[in-house]
Amino acid sequence: MPNFFYQVNFYLFGLIAIASSIAFVTRKSPVAAVLWLVNTMFCLAVLYVMLEAQFIGVIQVLVYAGAIMVVFLFVVMLLNLGQPTEIADIRGKWGKLAAAFLGLALLAQVAALSGKRMPEPFIPGTGYDAQAVRDLGAVGSVAQPLFNEYLLAFELTSILLLVAIVGAVVIGRRRQINAR
Amino acid sequence: MLAESLALSAVLFSIGAIGVLTRRNAIVIFMCVELMLNAVNLTFVALSKVYGMAGQVFVVFVMTVAAAEAAVGLAIIIAIFRHKQTVNLENINLLKG
Repeated sequence: MPNFFYQVNFYLFGLIAIASSIAFVTRKSPVAAVLWLVNTMFCLAVLYVMLEAQFIGVIQVLVYAGAIMVVFLFVVMLLNLGQPTEIADIRGKWGKLAAAFLGLALLAQVAALSGKRMPEPFIPGTGYDAQAVRDLGAVGSVAQPLFNEYLLAFELTSILLLVAIVGAVVIGRRRQINAR
Repeated sequence: MLAESLALSAVLFSIGAIGVLTRRNAIVIFMCVELMLNAVNLTFVALSKVYGMAGQVFVVFVMTVAAAEAAVGLAIIIAIFRHKQTVNLENINLLKG
């Protein structure tokens, strides 16, 4: 059982994450939305560290909050979308009702499932080896399966990134080369 | 703290889904998808304490896919903006019958 200080911090950052994600969804200005989402990601990074996934917490800050969100901010700046537009960005009454209904339905499903017993194959095993994690360290314990069991997937990821780079350049290019 | 993490992840995912449905700005919708990916990452990390380190490996993959998705998606948004001068999805209805 974790101690009291740990639990208080866990709930605190969880609540901050929920509050900033609600603020993120409701802000009209895209810049404010990006900054609230960055706040949510920082809170999630804290939770990753508290769940003993220190390496994931670091790359959450570096890659997600640092790189991906900066790209979003950059595009908002590039398209000059900083001001909320005259037309309200949020959909009308029916859109909001449908969204509220869907959100409540998703939460109700989770609440209904949380009371159920898990079927036999899904009952948590004991795959987590605390001694091995302590021996290998935070980075080594992620790298060990990444470069052994999941090496093929890791190599395929590089192809995915190459395709994404080429695709982004081709789509973002202003016009065909032979057009002029 | 497994139950709390999973509940928080469900709440964040629902907020992301609501955002996708209620917003019209294409960039904000993209960010809502990122929030949903983050919620799933939290599930992976929480369950990796029970099932083994494979969950954290998958988080690395999810982040890679999110980065690729952001690059291609934002390029598409820039291309649409050049064409239509807007990112409001109400005005991007070329495929509507």
